[in-house]
Amino acid sequence: MLRTGQGWQLVRERAVVGMLFSASSVATVTTIAIFLTLIVNGWEFFSVVPMREFLLGTVWAPDFVPRSFGSLPLVKGTFQIALGALVVALPLGVGSALYVSEFAPGRLRAVLKPAIEILAGIPSIVFGLVALFVISPIVRQLFPGTGVFNAASAAVALGVMVVPIIAAISEDALRAVPRELREGAFALGATRWEAAWNVVLPAARSGVIASVILGFSRAIGETMAVTLAAGLVPNMSWNFLEPTQTITAFIANRAGGDLPTGSIEYRAIFALGLVLFVITFVINLVAQFSLAAQRRKFS
Amino acid sequence: MTRVPGRSPFVALTFALGMIACSGPDETIRIDGSSTVYPVEAAWAEEFGPGLEARITVAFSGTGAGFQKFCRGEIDVSGASRPIADGENSDCAVSGIDPFRIEVGQDGLAVVVPRSNDFVDHLTVTELNRIWTADQSKQVNRWGELRENWPDREIQLFGAGTDSGTFDYFIEVIIHPFDGSDTKGRSDYTPSEDDNVLVQGVAGSDDGLGYFGLAYARENAERLRIVPIVDDTDGEAGDPVMPTDENVESGRYSPLSRPLFMYTDGKPVGVLAEFFRLGLSEEGQHLVQDVGYVRLSESTRLANLEKLD
Repeated sequence: MLRTGQGWQLVRERAVVGMLFSASSVATVTTIAIFLTLIVNGWEFFSVVPMREFLLGTVWAPDFVPRSFGSLPLVKGTFQIALGALVVALPLGVGSALYVSEFAPGRLRAVLKPAIEILAGIPSIVFGLVALFVISPIVRQLFPGTGVFNAASAAVALGVMVVPIIAAISEDALRAVPRELREGAFALGATRWEAAWNVVLPAARSGVIASVILGFSRAIGETMAVTLAAGLVPNMSWNFLEPTQTITAFIANRAGGDLPTGSIEYRAIFALGLVLFVITFVINLVAQFSLAAQRRKFS
Repeated sequence: MTRVPGRSPFVALTFALGMIACSGPDETIRIDGSSTVYPVEAAWAEEFGPGLEARITVAFSGTGAGFQKFCRGEIDVSGASRPIADGENSDCAVSGIDPFRIEVGQDGLAVVVPRSNDFVDHLTVTELNRIWTADQSKQVNRWGELRENWPDREIQLFGAGTDSGTFDYFIEVIIHPFDGSDTKGRSDYTPSEDDNVLVQGVAGSDDGLGYFGLAYARENAERLRIVPIVDDTDGEAGDPVMPTDENVESGRYSPLSRPLFMYTDGKPVGVLAEFFRLGLSEEGQHLVQDVGYVRLSESTRLANLEKLD
């Protein structure tokens, strides 16, 4: 009686563990499936368009004559806007993390932290509208002659979007720095600011760097705000007052039309998806290494 | 594909479902095709469907896709913003379908600049070609290159996306007569299939220039100015012409006005014929104007009505 009961329990437990395993493997399987889809469709694209032309060409005009599949303008637009976003997000994100973790009194902290997190919950389409109808008019006022669609508006909106990511991860890293380090600094006569800037921040360096890299990766993959506000003109200009186009904006714009399945333009979307996948994959990998370095340091 | 504000595939879907939900009538009319013609079809279906005791479904998948379905016999009426092409005709012939063309209204493409622009008094078709061409030897990027007394500032271009029938039409009359039919003009402008985005772009850029369906230009008249066009396609320049109802109707607003069609399989009979008679009636033509297009000239209207008898 007892033995059968135990046997039954064992079976049940194994079944539950099995179910949990399949749940956790869905994520992995999905990632692999997405990667394969991109590879298969992208591969057929590269059988028509040489990879060299795709990676190094500076004209992106898939629907025009002569056709041109040089992806550099889109890659440039993607990095341009993500870097612009970092210019906004880095000081705001790290600054707020430093304040919340090192200076804010308990009660203020209890208000500030959720407030920053709420920012992360705002849908990206809302940021797109803000970029188009609030930021862009301001940019046009500051720089007369600028068009309504420009890279600067999208970059600023994206920067604000990325702040919560940088703030949250940086703050975790700063708080992970052992108390003893701060106390040691105070014992040596350092002010709170000196302790925060010269001791805590350097100690949490890899975590802060990881937060910035993850924010950058988020900015690269973001679609809505750039589709709405950056214009849809692929070019090689680094002028933030001109319109530009990112990889994501092109895909979003093109996939919405009646693209015939199997056509070269259709495959081009997958090839671009592959480029985006590789870029964000490498960046996330670097961020993971950086975070791991942080953990090793204090464990 | 000119889009009327507030219209979306969802509206089309709910509308189609709504029509299906009307129980009782046994006749069914299935309409699909051009998204430019769609507002006309939807307005007619809404207004005349109940009286005809017909169940009318209206969708828009584009002129080309509409003809594909039409030639497979999947729909009864195909809306088109251009005449049926030879290839499509032979596709239809294969399945024994005989395209019968009815002209239902007219559309004009408006060339617009923002209200703040006070120097562009008119543009010739040749000038439009130089703005939109891909041919570097004559392409212009600045107003000053076009006319000497215009400011030396870069023109910011907004136009239809390559998916749209509006793009095909614009290229056909502005690019092809000058540069040959194997080019599609320049690609470095802000394209969109959504005319509201284009309105936003031109209105928000002091040096903006764009083109889209007349309905949108008129609706945003306080922010946009419609530019009169001089047709000099064949070398002879006429007077600048505004796309007024009168000029589109008479064909004077050339070459940027175009007829809108609906195609049926052979001469329509029964309820379908009645549907078109109503559409070509005074009331039906009023509806064409209500949705932002231009009614047929009286002679064209009567000629098309006669074709139905």
